[in-house]
Amino acid sequence: MSLTRTDVEGIAHLARLEISEAELPVYVASLSKILAFVEQLNAADTAAVEPMAHPLEGEVQRLRPDTVTERDQHEKYQANAAEVAAGLYIVPKVIE
Amino acid sequence: MTLHTRSVAELAAGLAAKDFSAVELAQHYLARIEAGNSALNAFVTITPERALADARRADAARAAGRAGPLTGVPLAHKDIFCTDGIRTTCGSRMLDTFVAPYDATVAERLQAAGTVLLGKTNMDEFAMGSSNETSYYGVVRNPWNPQKVPGGSSGGSAAAVAARLAPIATGTDTGGSIRQPAALVGISGIKPTYGRVSRYGMVAFASSLDQAGILAPSAEDCAILLGAMAGFDPRDSTSVNTPVPDYVAGLRAPLQGVRLGLLKEFLEGGLEAATGALVQAAISRLQSLGATLVDVSCPSLPLSVPAYYVVAPAECSSNLSRFDGIRFGHRCKEPRDLLDLYRRSRGEGFGAEVKRRIMTGTYVLSAGYYDAYYLKAQKVRSLISAEFKQAFTRADVLVGPTAPTPAFDIGAKVDDPITMYLNDIYTIGANLAGLPAMSVPCGFVDGLPVGLQLVGPHFGESRILAAAHAYQSATDFHRRLPPSFT
Amino acid sequence: MSSVAGRGGWEVVIGLETHAQLATKSKIFSGSATAYGAVPNSQANLVDLGYPGVLPVLNGEAVRMAVKFGVATGATVAPRSVFARKNYFYPDLPKGYQISQYERPIVEHGSLEIVLDDGTRKAIGITRAHLEEDAGKSLHDGPTNASGIDLNRAGTPLLEIVSEPDLRSAREAVAYMKKLHTLVRYLEICDGNMQEGSFRCDANVSVRRAGATKLGTRCEIKNVNSFRYVEKAINYEIGRQIAVLERGGSITQQTRLYDAGKDETRPMRSKEEANDYRYFPDPDLLPVALDQAFIDAVRATLPELPDEKAARFAQSYGLQAYDAGVLTSSRELAEYYEAAVRSVGADAAAAKLAANWVMGDWSAFLNRDGLEVGAAKVSAAGLAGLLRRIIDATISGKIAKEVFETMWAEGLEADAVIAAKGLRQITDVAAIEAAIDAVLAANPRQLADYRSGKDKLFGFFVGQAMKATHGKANPAQLNELLKKKLAP
Ligand SMILES: [Mg+2]
Ligand SMILES: [Zn+2]
Repeated sequence: MSLTRTDVEGIAHLARLEISEAELPVYVASLSKILAFVEQLNAADTAAVEPMAHPLEGEVQRLRPDTVTERDQHEKYQANAAEVAAGLYIVPKVIE
Repeated sequence: MTLHTRSVAELAAGLAAKDFSAVELAQHYLARIEAGNSALNAFVTITPERALADARRADAARAAGRAGPLTGVPLAHKDIFCTDGIRTTCGSRMLDTFVAPYDATVAERLQAAGTVLLGKTNMDEFAMGSSNETSYYGVVRNPWNPQKVPGGSSGGSAAAVAARLAPIATGTDTGGSIRQPAALVGISGIKPTYGRVSRYGMVAFASSLDQAGILAPSAEDCAILLGAMAGFDPRDSTSVNTPVPDYVAGLRAPLQGVRLGLLKEFLEGGLEAATGALVQAAISRLQSLGATLVDVSCPSLPLSVPAYYVVAPAECSSNLSRFDGIRFGHRCKEPRDLLDLYRRSRGEGFGAEVKRRIMTGTYVLSAGYYDAYYLKAQKVRSLISAEFKQAFTRADVLVGPTAPTPAFDIGAKVDDPITMYLNDIYTIGANLAGLPAMSVPCGFVDGLPVGLQLVGPHFGESRILAAAHAYQSATDFHRRLPPSFT
Repeated sequence: MSSVAGRGGWEVVIGLETHAQLATKSKIFSGSATAYGAVPNSQANLVDLGYPGVLPVLNGEAVRMAVKFGVATGATVAPRSVFARKNYFYPDLPKGYQISQYERPIVEHGSLEIVLDDGTRKAIGITRAHLEEDAGKSLHDGPTNASGIDLNRAGTPLLEIVSEPDLRSAREAVAYMKKLHTLVRYLEICDGNMQEGSFRCDANVSVRRAGATKLGTRCEIKNVNSFRYVEKAINYEIGRQIAVLERGGSITQQTRLYDAGKDETRPMRSKEEANDYRYFPDPDLLPVALDQAFIDAVRATLPELPDEKAARFAQSYGLQAYDAGVLTSSRELAEYYEAAVRSVGADAAAAKLAANWVMGDWSAFLNRDGLEVGAAKVSAAGLAGLLRRIIDATISGKIAKEVFETMWAEGLEADAVIAAKGLRQITDVAAIEAAIDAVLAANPRQLADYRSGKDKLFGFFVGQAMKATHGKANPAQLNELLKKKLAP
């Protein structure tokens, strides 16, 4: 699989990553290489195989009781935020 | 006897006998960090105040008769574990100023056990790397040779323990990130079964593969620490609720009659001759100690690296979406609009390898490619897992090399991701299948350590720890210190 | 603009996606409270904020509620369902992905019956219902070029209920939505509060030539938060699509927003680019396994459902299907009605009278004051007390309205109001006759006119006699006696 500049720009946009002009060809090359490398997987016969999303078979989701265990700590949690006003996280205007 | 050559058990005995106090012990290690860290760059953050406060608390607990086996024992955490009030960088500019408002379960449990926190260790950015060259805080150097990498991603923890800047350190292993650096710096490292140790508070790289573990001089040290870290955590849905055995007591299990499985595929895949010879010698040593050897095979194992480089990037691309410059982490200056905020905050905050993996993962999950890449990789993962299961019907412990070569030169592989990824060819299988695995030192090639890998079945930590302990009882590779750090 | 199915040879095809916030105390994956209207971000913990390192743990009550919905709609409850991540960037989505269910939802293949305008019943298929987490809110009301993010809502459990494209008009869509709204409140899995966003609806609308088998290109209208607006938004959209097609144009698949002020839909800018959500199973959560015993135990907790209750009301109380439907449109209303009937004594006339009062004055006052059933100023027992006085002819229906108004305003019992105001009906023949005689004596001209054939003046005499008795004369008696007196 060989990617084009446009492909990589599209992926970078989907991943919300700014990639500079200088970096772009480097990623085109290395991502193409990685995709070619992982295409080895096609060699495996997986016709009758179930995909495995999780390493522990048989384990199932535990259910939590519906109880409120948290108290308001928003000031502490917001100490890591770049911009907060009136308890809200501030971002450039969201357009719907 | 100098303090830093003591094992955890010996430190515990010394503290119990009041040969030295926890404060004295902490001061000793802080002094070693002060003297040695600049050469290694093993620590991102050193926490002397916290260490001394922990140590005073430990001494007080001991005086009050409330000391446990780890009370007063110093350690370092890989900087991927959230620590309340102490910054957690994950080796990334993205989290350069990030201070978690909570403790990871691992950090919480080890603190409750009375350990003394020396600091947070350097690592590949977001644990993505096999050489510790992707850290925003710079490369970590191998204590055996400063021109060489220490391995990664837990390279800082590995170097710190190898140079005895800390007696033990925590690490995480997604594709070999505890075992490979342990091998490259000549120490012991264990990655437990997936679900054995809580992932809560560990910054996620690839959630279905990540597992916390330990880097320490010996298997016995690993056993002591694992007992304190392991166990069910209701905050982690993938944590398994099964009793934690007494790993230290389990060390005494005899090697007699233990069936070692030599995976045919472990002798392929670019294994360097000298490394292979040391691994073969170690296996012979284990046989001489009473183990039997059987040949086993996991034919799909060569596909573990490509499967991993689909699954891990896919999960990471999603896990790292939360770093958007809004609630925490790096935020670009003066964003023009929302899209600019996302793109520049993330573009600036993440390094090249992280961006590469996010893009790989984004691609393999995207419309039209999901089945061909992601689903295919998950199927191959099933195959590998089934083959391991089959192998464990014939063998109790699988043995082989940890890495194909000893430590390589800094800079040698940075421009070639595939070559770099192939460092993990022997370790990734255990992550894909969720198996416990460890590396122990088994010799040197040109003054550089080599690791022997042992892999167990699910929840078979005791088996691999016992085999490793038997080996270390008969050898002294794990006691050797790098000449510059004696 | 009004638009109906089949108009001008076009067939309308509508499917609804409804998001019902489940009425749990805590969030779907964290122990934060779900209460509405809290101080911004005070109910967003580390999990809700998507902090590095934290992990989701599933709320069992959310699962139970989803199963309850499944068994109530005759659906298949999956023995194994899987949570997946839906990846996209948006400031109100803290992790950059929404935990939802994709390939393996918890509920599939249910159905819900609606009643059409002509009284016929129609089954609407429910394709699936899946569990997922709600997002936070972006607030744009500040003066600056910025938005504020409140993540209190993030992680509130949602059941997304997806209908088959079985609906053929905006009216049908609204009937379905109302029915669903009734059901989730009966099941006590959602409070149904549309103003607070507890029950939200997206409509997929397309049109095709009547008889065509292939579906037309659809547009999705997002988050319309009232029944009235759903109907208007869909009708606008139908008209728009037909107009485009009749001009020879084609429909672009789009997400559109309804602007109630302008009564029109317009494309959402944030959804302009094609989405690629990159769904994959969430590795932080394991498959949800439900055994038959669990499902049966949930089934055993089902209340009498709206359709069953309406059928029983029609049967036991002799109500019209329509009235039974109205009275069972909420569990509280049905319970109120039934309590009132039981208290009065359940003969058919009493039941009918109670139905008229509950659907009439009582509902009108409730609406006027914007109250919930539970907060009604006249209790079921209180209303029954009033009805009893109508039935035993202590007061007339007209006086009853006056009594009711006072009961509502002052919180009094009917008998107390009747006594205090002296409204007891006059049934004494002599007293009524005296009043009539006085009226006839005072109005000789009208009497003469009446007798010369102006029949319409009968009403005048009734009015005057009522006035003379301060409205308290028994109307039937008054009529009868007046007729006698006026007879030539
Ligand atoms: Mg939807
Ligand atoms: Zn939804």
